[in-house]
Amino acid sequence: MIEEFSNPHNVGVIENADGVGEIGSTVDGDIINISIKVTNNILEDVKFKTFGCVVAISTSSAVTRLAKGKTVEEALSLSNDDILTALDGLPEGKDRCSGFALDALKLAIEDYQKKNK
Amino acid sequence: MDHSATTPVDQLVVDAMIPYFTEIFGNSSSLHSFGGEAAEALSMARKQVAEAIGALPEEIIFTSGGTESDNLAIRGVIPYNTSKKHIITSVIEHPAVLNTCSFLESMGHEVTYVPVDTEGIVDIRKLEESVRKDTVLISIMHANNEVGTIQPIKEIAQIAKKHDIYFHTDAVQTVGKIPVNVDELDVDMLSISSHKIHGPKGVGALYIRKGTAIEPIIFGGNHENGMRSGTENIPGIVGLAKAMSLAQQRLNADSKHMQEMRDSLISRIFDIIPDVRLNGHPVQRLPNNINLSFKYVEGESMLMLLDMKGIAVSTGSACSSKSLKASHVLSSLNLEDDYIHGSLRISLGRENTMEDIDYVVESLKETVLKLREMSPLSSQ
Repeated sequence: MIEEFSNPHNVGVIENADGVGEIGSTVDGDIINISIKVTNNILEDVKFKTFGCVVAISTSSAVTRLAKGKTVEEALSLSNDDILTALDGLPEGKDRCSGFALDALKLAIEDYQKKNK
Repeated sequence: MDHSATTPVDQLVVDAMIPYFTEIFGNSSSLHSFGGEAAEALSMARKQVAEAIGALPEEIIFTSGGTESDNLAIRGVIPYNTSKKHIITSVIEHPAVLNTCSFLESMGHEVTYVPVDTEGIVDIRKLEESVRKDTVLISIMHANNEVGTIQPIKEIAQIAKKHDIYFHTDAVQTVGKIPVNVDELDVDMLSISSHKIHGPKGVGALYIRKGTAIEPIIFGGNHENGMRSGTENIPGIVGLAKAMSLAQQRLNADSKHMQEMRDSLISRIFDIIPDVRLNGHPVQRLPNNINLSFKYVEGESMLMLLDMKGIAVSTGSACSSKSLKASHVLSSLNLEDDYIHGSLRISLGRENTMEDIDYVVESLKETVLKLREMSPLSSQ
Protein backbone atom coordinates (compact mmCIF):
# COMPACT_ATOMS: atom_id res chain seq x y z
CA MET A 1 0.00 0.00 0.00
CA ILE A 2 2.78 2.41 0.97
CA GLU A 3 4.54 1.74 -2.33
CA GLU A 4 1.34 2.49 -4.27
CA PHE A 5 0.87 5.65 -2.17
CA SER A 6 4.35 7.04 -2.64
CA ASN A 7 4.50 6.19 -6.35
CA PRO A 8 0.91 6.36 -7.51
CA HIS A 9 -0.06 5.38 -11.06
CA ASN A 10 -2.31 7.24 -13.47
CA VAL A 11 -2.60 10.58 -11.67
CA GLY A 12 -4.53 13.20 -13.63
CA VAL A 13 -7.70 14.00 -15.52
CA ILE A 14 -8.38 12.74 -19.04
CA GLU A 15 -9.36 15.57 -21.34
CA ASN A 16 -12.56 14.89 -23.30
CA ALA A 17 -13.09 11.79 -21.19
CA ASP A 18 -15.79 9.32 -22.20
CA GLY A 19 -16.92 8.98 -18.60
CA VAL A 20 -16.29 10.75 -15.31
CA GLY A 21 -17.15 9.63 -11.78
CA GLU A 22 -16.69 11.74 -8.67
CA ILE A 23 -17.54 10.85 -5.13
CA GLY A 24 -17.26 12.59 -1.74
CA SER A 25 -17.35 16.13 -0.45
CA THR A 26 -14.95 18.50 1.33
CA VAL A 27 -17.22 18.81 4.31
CA ASP A 28 -16.77 15.35 5.67
CA GLY A 29 -14.17 13.53 3.72
CA ASP A 30 -12.27 12.18 0.83
CA ILE A 31 -12.97 13.16 -2.77
CA ILE A 32 -12.12 10.76 -5.57
CA ASN A 33 -12.42 11.68 -9.24
CA ILE A 34 -11.91 9.00 -11.88
CA SER A 35 -12.04 9.65 -15.62
CA ILE A 36 -12.00 7.01 -18.38
CA LYS A 37 -11.31 6.81 -22.10
CA VAL A 38 -13.12 3.89 -23.78
CA THR A 39 -12.26 2.50 -27.22
CA ASN A 40 -14.00 -0.61 -28.65
CA ASN A 41 -15.46 -1.42 -25.22
CA ILE A 42 -11.99 -1.37 -23.63
CA LEU A 43 -10.88 1.07 -20.94
CA GLU A 44 -7.95 2.43 -22.88
CA ASP A 45 -7.06 5.00 -20.24
CA VAL A 46 -8.07 5.51 -16.61
CA LYS A 47 -6.89 8.43 -14.48
CA PHE A 48 -7.59 9.63 -10.94
CA LYS A 49 -7.38 12.69 -8.75
CA THR A 50 -7.90 12.19 -5.05
CA PHE A 51 -8.08 14.39 -1.99
CA GLY A 52 -7.74 12.19 1.05
CA CYS A 53 -5.69 9.98 3.26
CA VAL A 54 -3.08 7.38 2.39
CA VAL A 55 -5.70 4.66 1.89
CA ALA A 56 -7.85 6.82 -0.40
CA ILE A 57 -4.87 7.68 -2.61
CA SER A 58 -3.41 4.18 -2.78
CA THR A 59 -6.76 2.51 -3.50
CA SER A 60 -7.50 5.09 -6.22
CA SER A 61 -4.19 4.31 -7.85
CA ALA A 62 -4.77 0.55 -7.59
CA VAL A 63 -8.26 0.84 -9.10
CA THR A 64 -6.98 2.74 -12.14
CA ARG A 65 -4.14 0.27 -12.57
CA LEU A 66 -6.48 -2.75 -12.42
CA ALA A 67 -9.17 -1.24 -14.67
CA LYS A 68 -6.86 -0.04 -17.40
CA GLY A 69 -6.92 -2.36 -20.44
CA LYS A 70 -10.00 -4.26 -19.22
CA THR A 71 -13.33 -4.45 -21.00
CA VAL A 72 -16.20 -2.42 -19.55
CA GLU A 73 -17.78 -5.63 -18.17
CA GLU A 74 -14.50 -6.81 -16.61
CA ALA A 75 -13.97 -3.41 -15.01
CA LEU A 76 -17.50 -3.43 -13.58
CA SER A 77 -16.88 -6.81 -12.00
CA LEU A 78 -13.76 -5.68 -10.08
CA SER A 79 -14.30 -6.32 -6.38
CA ASN A 80 -12.99 -5.04 -3.08
CA ASP A 81 -10.95 -8.21 -2.75
CA ASP A 82 -9.20 -7.50 -6.06
CA ILE A 83 -8.11 -4.12 -4.69
CA LEU A 84 -7.02 -5.59 -1.37
CA THR A 85 -4.97 -8.23 -3.17
CA ALA A 86 -3.35 -5.62 -5.40
CA LEU A 87 -2.34 -3.61 -2.34
CA ASP A 88 -1.30 -6.58 -0.20
CA GLY A 89 -4.03 -5.69 2.26
CA LEU A 90 -4.94 -2.49 4.09
CA PRO A 91 -4.40 -1.42 7.68
CA GLU A 92 -6.92 -2.81 10.14
CA GLY A 93 -10.24 -1.00 10.14
CA LYS A 94 -9.62 0.58 6.75
CA ASP A 95 -10.38 -2.32 4.44
CA ARG A 96 -13.82 -0.89 3.65
CA CYS A 97 -12.21 2.26 2.21
CA SER A 98 -11.21 0.39 -0.95
CA GLY A 99 -14.86 0.34 -2.01
CA PHE A 100 -14.85 4.10 -2.27
CA ALA A 101 -12.43 4.28 -5.21
CA LEU A 102 -14.26 1.38 -6.83
CA ASP A 103 -17.54 3.32 -6.54
CA ALA A 104 -15.94 6.27 -8.36
CA LEU A 105 -14.83 3.94 -11.18
CA LYS A 106 -18.33 2.48 -11.45
CA LEU A 107 -19.84 5.97 -11.59
CA ALA A 108 -17.44 6.81 -14.43
CA ILE A 109 -18.49 3.70 -16.34
CA GLU A 110 -22.19 4.44 -15.76
CA ASP A 111 -21.56 7.97 -17.05
CA TYR A 112 -19.96 6.48 -20.19
CA GLN A 113 -22.84 4.02 -20.67
CA LYS A 114 -25.44 6.78 -20.26
CA LYS A 115 -23.74 8.90 -22.91
CA ASN A 116 -23.52 5.98 -25.34
CA LYS A 117 -27.02 4.59 -25.09
CA MET B 1 9.80 17.79 14.77
CA ASP B 2 7.23 16.24 17.09
CA HIS B 3 8.52 17.39 20.48
CA SER B 4 5.05 18.20 21.77
CA ALA B 5 4.39 14.47 21.63
CA THR B 6 7.52 13.56 23.52
CA THR B 7 11.25 14.35 23.80
CA PRO B 8 14.47 12.35 24.07
CA VAL B 9 15.86 12.13 27.62
CA ASP B 10 18.79 14.51 28.13
CA GLN B 11 22.07 12.68 28.83
CA LEU B 12 22.54 14.72 32.02
CA VAL B 13 19.13 13.48 33.17
CA VAL B 14 20.07 9.86 32.41
CA ASP B 15 23.34 10.31 34.34
CA ALA B 16 21.46 11.71 37.32
CA MET B 17 19.01 8.77 37.30
CA ILE B 18 21.40 5.81 36.87
CA PRO B 19 22.62 5.50 40.50
CA TYR B 20 19.02 5.24 41.69
CA PHE B 21 18.42 2.02 39.78
CA THR B 22 21.29 -0.02 41.18
CA GLU B 23 23.23 1.67 43.99
CA ILE B 24 20.62 3.73 45.79
CA PHE B 25 17.63 1.50 45.19
CA GLY B 26 16.03 1.74 48.64
CA ASN B 27 12.37 2.26 49.39
CA SER B 28 12.07 5.77 50.74
CA SER B 29 9.58 4.55 53.35
CA SER B 30 12.04 2.04 54.88
CA LEU B 31 13.59 3.07 58.17
CA HIS B 32 17.06 1.65 57.51
CA SER B 33 19.86 3.64 55.92
CA PHE B 34 19.16 2.35 52.38
CA GLY B 35 15.66 3.75 52.63
CA GLY B 36 17.10 6.92 54.14
CA GLU B 37 19.23 7.58 51.08
CA ALA B 38 16.22 7.21 48.82
CA ALA B 39 14.16 9.48 51.05
CA GLU B 40 16.90 12.06 50.86
CA ALA B 41 16.92 11.90 47.05
CA LEU B 42 13.15 12.28 47.07
CA SER B 43 13.25 15.34 49.28
CA MET B 44 16.04 16.87 47.20
CA ALA B 45 14.01 16.30 44.01
CA ARG B 46 10.92 17.83 45.57
CA LYS B 47 12.91 20.91 46.47
CA GLN B 48 14.31 21.21 42.92
CA VAL B 49 10.90 20.91 41.28
CA ALA B 50 9.38 23.39 43.73
CA GLU B 51 12.16 25.90 43.12
CA ALA B 52 11.74 25.69 39.34
CA ILE B 53 8.11 26.88 39.57
CA GLY B 54 8.35 29.12 42.64
CA ALA B 55 6.50 26.73 44.98
CA LEU B 56 7.18 25.25 48.41
CA PRO B 57 8.49 21.66 48.48
CA GLU B 58 5.45 20.45 50.42
CA GLU B 59 3.22 21.76 47.63
CA ILE B 60 4.66 19.24 45.11
CA ILE B 61 3.04 15.79 44.71
CA PHE B 62 4.82 13.35 42.42
CA THR B 63 2.57 11.38 40.06
CA SER B 64 2.87 9.05 37.08
CA GLY B 65 2.61 11.94 34.60
CA GLY B 66 0.52 14.79 33.26
CA THR B 67 -2.62 12.69 32.88
CA GLU B 68 -2.61 11.56 36.51
CA SER B 69 -1.85 15.10 37.66
CA ASP B 70 -4.89 16.40 35.76
CA ASN B 71 -7.04 13.60 37.18
CA LEU B 72 -5.89 14.29 40.73
CA ALA B 73 -6.49 18.03 40.43
CA ILE B 74 -10.00 17.67 39.03
CA ARG B 75 -11.29 14.58 40.81
CA GLY B 76 -9.45 15.46 44.02
CA VAL B 77 -11.38 18.64 44.78
CA ILE B 78 -14.78 16.95 44.37
CA PRO B 79 -15.20 14.93 47.61
CA TYR B 80 -14.21 17.82 49.85
CA ASN B 81 -16.74 20.13 48.24
CA THR B 82 -19.81 17.95 47.95
CA SER B 83 -22.34 20.76 47.73
CA LYS B 84 -20.56 22.23 44.70
CA LYS B 85 -21.36 20.35 41.52
CA HIS B 86 -20.13 22.61 38.73
CA ILE B 87 -16.81 22.71 36.86
CA ILE B 88 -15.67 25.15 34.16
CA THR B 89 -13.14 24.14 31.52
CA SER B 90 -12.55 24.88 27.83
CA VAL B 91 -13.41 23.03 24.62
CA ILE B 92 -9.72 22.72 23.65
CA GLU B 93 -8.34 21.00 26.76
CA HIS B 94 -6.25 17.85 26.58
CA PRO B 95 -8.26 14.59 26.74
CA ALA B 96 -6.81 14.05 30.25
CA VAL B 97 -8.99 16.98 31.36
CA LEU B 98 -11.93 16.56 28.95
CA ASN B 99 -12.44 12.87 29.61
CA THR B 100 -12.09 13.35 33.38
CA CYS B 101 -14.77 16.03 33.16
CA SER B 102 -17.08 13.87 31.08
CA PHE B 103 -16.66 11.04 33.61
CA LEU B 104 -17.69 13.45 36.37
CA GLU B 105 -20.70 14.48 34.28
CA SER B 106 -21.74 10.83 34.18
CA MET B 107 -21.52 10.84 37.99
CA GLY B 108 -23.93 13.75 38.24
CA HIS B 109 -21.64 16.77 38.08
CA GLU B 110 -22.17 19.61 35.65
CA VAL B 111 -19.47 20.95 33.35
CA THR B 112 -19.38 24.10 31.23
CA TYR B 113 -17.04 23.91 28.24
CA VAL B 114 -16.10 27.49 27.40
CA PRO B 115 -15.50 28.18 23.67
CA VAL B 116 -12.38 29.76 22.18
CA ASP B 117 -11.95 32.39 19.46
CA THR B 118 -10.54 31.62 16.01
CA GLU B 119 -7.00 31.92 17.37
CA GLY B 120 -7.64 29.56 20.24
CA ILE B 121 -7.94 32.05 23.13
CA VAL B 122 -10.54 31.15 25.75
CA ASP B 123 -13.54 33.49 25.76
CA ILE B 124 -13.00 35.20 29.13
CA ARG B 125 -16.39 36.93 29.10
CA LYS B 126 -18.24 33.66 28.58
CA LEU B 127 -16.06 32.03 31.21
CA GLU B 128 -17.04 34.59 33.81
CA GLU B 129 -20.69 34.43 32.77
CA SER B 130 -20.68 30.69 33.34
CA VAL B 131 -19.59 31.02 36.98
CA ARG B 132 -22.26 29.70 39.36
CA LYS B 133 -22.68 29.62 43.12
CA ASP B 134 -21.84 25.93 43.06
CA THR B 135 -18.77 26.18 40.80
CA VAL B 136 -15.96 24.31 42.53
CA LEU B 137 -13.19 24.41 39.93
CA ILE B 138 -11.95 26.15 36.79
CA SER B 139 -9.44 24.13 34.75
CA ILE B 140 -7.85 25.88 31.75
CA MET B 141 -4.62 24.73 30.11
CA HIS B 142 -1.61 27.09 30.12
CA ALA B 143 -0.93 26.46 26.43
CA ASN B 144 -2.62 24.20 23.93
CA ASN B 145 -0.74 21.12 22.74
CA GLU B 146 -2.03 21.25 19.14
CA VAL B 147 -2.09 24.89 18.10
CA GLY B 148 0.24 26.32 20.76
CA THR B 149 -2.03 29.16 21.91
CA ILE B 150 -1.03 30.52 25.34
CA GLN B 151 -4.03 31.34 27.54
CA PRO B 152 -4.41 34.50 29.67
CA ILE B 153 -3.98 32.48 32.86
CA LYS B 154 -3.52 35.48 35.17
CA GLU B 155 -6.81 37.01 34.04
CA ILE B 156 -8.64 33.74 34.55
CA ALA B 157 -7.01 33.38 37.96
CA GLN B 158 -8.45 36.75 38.95
CA ILE B 159 -11.94 35.61 38.00
CA ALA B 160 -11.47 32.40 39.99
CA LYS B 161 -10.22 34.33 42.99
CA LYS B 162 -13.03 36.87 42.83
CA HIS B 163 -15.62 34.09 43.01
CA ASP B 164 -13.67 31.90 45.45
CA ILE B 165 -13.23 29.01 42.99
CA TYR B 166 -10.19 26.73 42.73
CA PHE B 167 -8.11 27.20 39.58
CA HIS B 168 -6.11 24.43 37.95
CA THR B 169 -3.91 24.76 34.88
CA ASP B 170 -2.32 22.03 32.80
CA ALA B 171 1.21 23.36 32.17
CA VAL B 172 2.50 20.22 30.48
CA GLN B 173 3.31 22.12 27.26
CA THR B 174 4.71 25.31 28.83
CA VAL B 175 7.34 24.20 31.36
CA GLY B 176 10.76 24.77 29.74
CA LYS B 177 9.25 26.88 26.92
CA ILE B 178 7.91 29.96 28.70
CA PRO B 179 8.22 31.11 32.34
CA VAL B 180 6.04 29.07 34.70
CA ASN B 181 5.72 30.45 38.22
CA VAL B 182 2.77 29.48 40.37
CA ASP B 183 2.56 32.84 42.14
CA GLU B 184 2.95 34.84 38.93
CA LEU B 185 0.20 32.78 37.34
CA ASP B 186 -1.75 32.80 40.61
CA VAL B 187 -3.00 29.23 40.24
CA ASP B 188 -4.05 26.75 42.94
CA MET B 189 -2.96 23.66 41.04
CA LEU B 190 -0.61 23.08 38.11
CA SER B 191 0.18 19.87 36.19
CA ILE B 192 3.69 18.98 35.04
CA SER B 193 4.92 16.14 32.82
CA SER B 194 8.52 14.94 32.69
CA HIS B 195 8.76 13.40 29.22
CA LYS B 196 7.84 16.65 27.45
CA ILE B 197 10.92 18.36 28.90
CA HIS B 198 13.67 15.84 28.13
CA GLY B 199 12.92 13.80 31.24
CA PRO B 200 11.84 10.14 31.50
CA LYS B 201 8.32 8.92 30.73
CA GLY B 202 5.99 7.72 33.48
CA VAL B 203 6.55 10.55 35.93
CA GLY B 204 5.06 13.98 36.55
CA ALA B 205 3.96 16.25 39.34
CA LEU B 206 1.02 18.24 40.56
CA TYR B 207 1.55 21.51 42.37
CA ILE B 208 -1.17 21.98 45.02
CA ARG B 209 -1.23 25.34 46.78
CA LYS B 210 -1.15 25.08 50.57
CA GLY B 211 -4.66 25.18 51.98
CA THR B 212 -6.38 23.67 48.94
CA ALA B 213 -9.10 21.28 50.05
CA ILE B 214 -8.29 18.15 48.07
CA GLU B 215 -8.52 14.39 48.55
CA PRO B 216 -6.33 11.68 47.00
CA ILE B 217 -7.61 9.54 44.15
CA ILE B 218 -5.14 6.70 44.79
CA PHE B 219 -5.16 5.09 48.24
CA GLY B 220 -2.60 2.84 49.92
CA GLY B 221 0.43 3.33 52.10
CA ASN B 222 0.05 7.10 52.41
CA HIS B 223 3.04 8.07 50.32
CA GLU B 224 3.36 11.68 49.19
CA ASN B 225 1.90 12.85 52.47
CA GLY B 226 -1.17 10.70 51.85
CA MET B 227 -1.98 12.47 48.58
CA ARG B 228 -0.67 9.75 46.26
CA SER B 229 -0.02 6.29 47.56
CA GLY B 230 2.36 3.87 45.89
CA THR B 231 6.10 3.48 46.38
CA GLU B 232 7.74 6.49 44.82
CA ASN B 233 9.46 6.06 41.47
CA ILE B 234 12.77 7.45 42.74
CA PRO B 235 14.81 7.22 39.49
CA GLY B 236 11.94 8.81 37.58
CA ILE B 237 11.44 11.54 40.15
CA VAL B 238 15.17 12.31 40.22
CA GLY B 239 15.04 12.46 36.41
CA LEU B 240 12.06 14.82 36.45
CA ALA B 241 13.79 17.09 38.97
CA LYS B 242 16.98 17.18 36.89
CA ALA B 243 14.98 17.89 33.72
CA MET B 244 13.08 20.69 35.50
CA SER B 245 16.31 22.29 36.73
CA LEU B 246 17.88 22.07 33.28
CA ALA B 247 14.73 23.47 31.65
CA GLN B 248 14.77 26.33 34.12
CA GLN B 249 18.48 27.10 33.54
CA ARG B 250 18.15 26.90 29.77
CA LEU B 251 14.76 28.55 29.45
CA ASN B 252 15.88 31.83 27.90
CA ALA B 253 18.40 30.33 25.50
CA ASP B 254 16.15 27.43 24.49
CA SER B 255 13.04 29.47 23.90
CA LYS B 256 14.94 32.08 21.90
CA HIS B 257 16.51 29.33 19.75
CA MET B 258 13.17 27.59 19.18
CA GLN B 259 11.38 30.84 18.43
CA GLU B 260 13.97 31.81 15.80
CA MET B 261 13.55 28.45 14.08
CA ARG B 262 9.76 28.67 14.38
CA ASP B 263 9.54 32.13 12.84
CA SER B 264 11.97 31.27 10.06
CA LEU B 265 10.03 28.14 9.12
CA ILE B 266 6.69 29.93 9.11
CA SER B 267 7.83 32.87 6.99
CA ARG B 268 9.63 30.64 4.49
CA ILE B 269 6.63 28.34 4.08
CA PHE B 270 4.39 31.35 3.45
CA ASP B 271 6.89 32.61 0.86
CA ILE B 272 7.05 29.41 -1.17
CA ILE B 273 3.70 27.63 -0.71
CA PRO B 274 0.42 29.35 -1.65
CA ASP B 275 -2.91 28.68 0.08
CA VAL B 276 -1.57 28.02 3.56
CA ARG B 277 -2.69 29.36 6.93
CA LEU B 278 -1.21 29.45 10.42
CA ASN B 279 -3.55 27.93 13.01
CA GLY B 280 -3.51 29.33 16.52
CA HIS B 281 -2.42 32.73 17.75
CA PRO B 282 0.27 34.71 15.86
CA VAL B 283 1.90 36.08 19.04
CA GLN B 284 0.47 34.33 22.12
CA ARG B 285 2.08 31.14 20.95
CA LEU B 286 4.48 28.52 22.29
CA PRO B 287 7.98 29.24 20.93
CA ASN B 288 8.25 25.68 19.59
CA ASN B 289 4.81 25.28 18.00
CA ILE B 290 3.97 25.58 14.31
CA ASN B 291 0.52 24.49 13.16
CA LEU B 292 -0.20 25.01 9.48
CA SER B 293 -3.12 24.10 7.25
CA PHE B 294 -2.58 23.53 3.55
CA LYS B 295 -5.53 23.84 1.21
CA TYR B 296 -6.40 20.95 -1.17
CA VAL B 297 -4.41 18.28 0.70
CA GLU B 298 -5.05 15.97 3.63
CA GLY B 299 -3.00 15.78 6.85
CA GLU B 300 -2.38 12.03 7.13
CA SER B 301 -1.07 11.89 3.57
CA MET B 302 1.36 14.75 4.26
CA LEU B 303 2.44 13.10 7.50
CA MET B 304 3.17 9.85 5.68
CA LEU B 305 5.23 11.43 2.88
CA LEU B 306 7.22 13.45 5.43
CA ASP B 307 7.78 10.31 7.49
CA MET B 308 9.32 8.69 4.41
CA LYS B 309 11.75 11.59 4.33
CA GLY B 310 12.61 10.97 7.97
CA ILE B 311 10.57 13.86 9.38
CA ALA B 312 8.15 13.15 12.24
CA VAL B 313 5.20 15.54 12.58
CA SER B 314 1.59 15.16 13.65
CA THR B 315 -1.77 16.12 12.19
CA GLY B 316 -5.19 17.15 13.45
CA SER B 317 -6.81 15.14 10.68
CA ALA B 318 -7.81 11.52 11.09
CA CYS B 319 -9.33 9.25 8.51
CA SER B 320 -11.79 6.54 9.42
CA SER B 321 -13.65 4.61 6.75
CA LYS B 322 -14.44 7.17 4.08
CA SER B 323 -14.78 10.18 6.33
CA LEU B 324 -12.19 12.61 7.59
CA LYS B 325 -12.45 13.91 11.11
CA ALA B 326 -10.70 17.04 12.35
CA SER B 327 -9.41 17.14 15.92
CA HIS B 328 -11.57 18.67 18.64
CA VAL B 329 -9.14 21.59 18.84
CA LEU B 330 -9.18 22.48 15.11
CA SER B 331 -12.95 21.98 15.01
CA SER B 332 -13.29 24.58 17.78
CA LEU B 333 -11.41 27.25 15.81
CA ASN B 334 -14.09 27.58 13.12
CA LEU B 335 -11.68 27.03 10.23
CA GLU B 336 -13.07 27.00 6.70
CA ASP B 337 -13.75 23.46 5.44
CA ASP B 338 -11.00 23.93 2.85
CA TYR B 339 -8.39 24.18 5.57
CA ILE B 340 -9.65 21.88 8.27
CA HIS B 341 -8.39 18.53 6.91
CA GLY B 342 -4.94 19.67 5.79
CA SER B 343 -3.32 20.53 9.11
CA LEU B 344 0.19 19.70 10.29
CA ARG B 345 1.75 20.33 13.67
CA ILE B 346 5.51 20.79 13.73
CA SER B 347 6.81 21.06 17.30
CA LEU B 348 10.46 21.94 17.74
CA GLY B 349 12.95 20.93 20.40
CA ARG B 350 16.15 22.42 21.69
CA GLU B 351 18.32 19.97 19.74
CA ASN B 352 16.83 21.01 16.38
CA THR B 353 19.00 23.24 14.18
CA MET B 354 18.48 25.74 11.37
CA GLU B 355 19.72 23.02 8.99
CA ASP B 356 16.80 20.88 10.14
CA ILE B 357 14.50 23.79 9.32
CA ASP B 358 16.00 24.07 5.81
CA TYR B 359 15.34 20.37 5.25
CA VAL B 360 11.79 20.54 6.59
CA VAL B 361 10.92 23.56 4.43
CA GLU B 362 12.23 21.84 1.30
CA SER B 363 10.54 18.51 2.11
CA LEU B 364 7.26 20.16 2.97
CA LYS B 365 7.26 22.03 -0.32
CA GLU B 366 7.81 18.80 -2.27
CA THR B 367 5.15 16.99 -0.25
CA VAL B 368 2.46 19.62 -0.66
CA LEU B 369 3.17 20.01 -4.40
CA LYS B 370 3.04 16.27 -4.95
CA LEU B 371 -0.29 15.88 -3.15
CA ARG B 372 -1.77 18.94 -4.80
CA GLU B 373 -0.95 17.41 -8.18
CA MET B 374 -3.13 14.50 -7.15
CA SER B 375 -5.89 16.60 -5.65
CA PRO B 376 -9.14 17.23 -7.56
CA LEU B 377 -9.56 20.41 -5.50
CA SER B 378 -6.41 22.07 -6.73
CA SER B 379 -6.12 23.67 -10.15
CA GLN B 380 -2.40 22.93 -10.11
